Amino acid sequence: MDFQHSQASHCESGVMSNLLRHHGLPLSEPMTFGLSSALSFAYLPIIKINGLPLVAYRMPPKAIIKGLQKPLGLKMRFETFGSQAAGVARLNELLDQGKLVGLQTSVFWLPYLPQDLRFHFNAHNVLAFGRDPATGDYQLSDPVAETTVTCAPADLQRARFAKGALAPKGLLYYPVGTPHTPDWAQVLPAAIRKTTRIMLDAPLPIIGVRGIRWLAKAIEKLDTGSGAAHSKLFIGQVVRMQEEIGTGGGGFRFIYASFLQEAADLLARPALGELAEQLIDIGDEWREFALATARMIRDRDPLQPPRLADKLRAIADREQAFFRDLRRAA
Amino acid sequence: MLDSEVPQEGNSTLGGHRKAMYARGTDGKLHIVQSAGWEVEEIVTKQAVDDLLRLTENARQRVLAGQTSPLEYHMYRVRMDVPLLSQASGIWQWRIRRHFRPAVFAGLSASLLATYADAMGMTVDQLKKAD
Repeated sequence: MDFQHSQASHCESGVMSNLLRHHGLPLSEPMTFGLSSALSFAYLPIIKINGLPLVAYRMPPKAIIKGLQKPLGLKMRFETFGSQAAGVARLNELLDQGKLVGLQTSVFWLPYLPQDLRFHFNAHNVLAFGRDPATGDYQLSDPVAETTVTCAPADLQRARFAKGALAPKGLLYYPVGTPHTPDWAQVLPAAIRKTTRIMLDAPLPIIGVRGIRWLAKAIEKLDTGSGAAHSKLFIGQVVRMQEEIGTGGGGFRFIYASFLQEAADLLARPALGELAEQLIDIGDEWREFALATARMIRDRDPLQPPRLADKLRAIADREQAFFRDLRRAA
Repeated sequence: MLDSEVPQEGNSTLGGHRKAMYARGTDGKLHIVQSAGWEVEEIVTKQAVDDLLRLTENARQRVLAGQTSPLEYHMYRVRMDVPLLSQASGIWQWRIRRHFRPAVFAGLSASLLATYADAMGMTVDQLKKAD
């Protein structure tokens, strides 16, 4: 198959950008991210990963794939499987038909990824574009990798049928029909307004700007005495979700700023470009928060959770003002 | 972040890979810049990995001392905890904890051992030993 791979920051937006370009609609990774209103913030103390609460800087998995359907007039087909054999056979059948197929996988079982990054995260997206005729290995486009990779059938099967939270159940997806260039003047303001609603008006206090403040409150109360090791794991987890897992930096704030710059050009609205500048500054502040946290984890600075909480509150105030301005501009 | 400020200090946890970041070019537009790694990311990733290694080594010592079964050691070795192993194997958490007792583990049926081994991607022979 004649397939062009390009590296991206985030797996789901990268998969959709590569997939759409293959089907004749070149959309950048930031455009797929912004158009599906994927930016968010959520602090979910009830959902525990290795005993630590989940913090997310974006909407839940599959929000990008599903969110692009309406603005692009695109129909995506999703298939999950009760039996592993059926899931393998269906993937092979689609590849034999020359289709480009999206797959949900578990990071832990993909051997081509660096060992230290392989945790049990079940919602990693990759594209399969063929098989090596000699070995039977799958040819994959993993958007976070620099080049295309190969994966042995047994490994891919494990990754597709991993159990646990967000279990993929062999999920594969592909578009039906061809995507069309949308009416930008209509879809872009709608997508931006949706993001401002998520960040400002969420009914739960753990989502959006209020979620950042809620997290600040939780960090403020962390133990610096006998429980210091656990406190450090908690704040380390926040930074991992913000930087390490493929966010383009600053918890997706830079990707979204890039989307706003594109939107400013497409709509000939310079105000959105100025807002992008503000969001870049906010992304830099998130990175300063990450730096301060890492220094405390390594004991280069004393562990002072209230100082981190204050930084988060300052960011929350700036994001609140920013998304209000963005709402007016959209 | 300017594209000249994208960290290139290296990050051993990336295993030589470079990741894509968004940063501002001289024209003011954001674009993708490949990063060899940021020390901050290395610190937080290593922290998580080291914590799992600590739990694994701790369990290995307790296996040698006869205080737990190899099942607990392998659970941490494949970066799982009891709730995750329970979801992956379909075995209740209290049963898994019971199987951490060496005497109980020694009497497990072949099919139960095979279920555990399959959930953790290993053979039954490997599961019986902590090495």
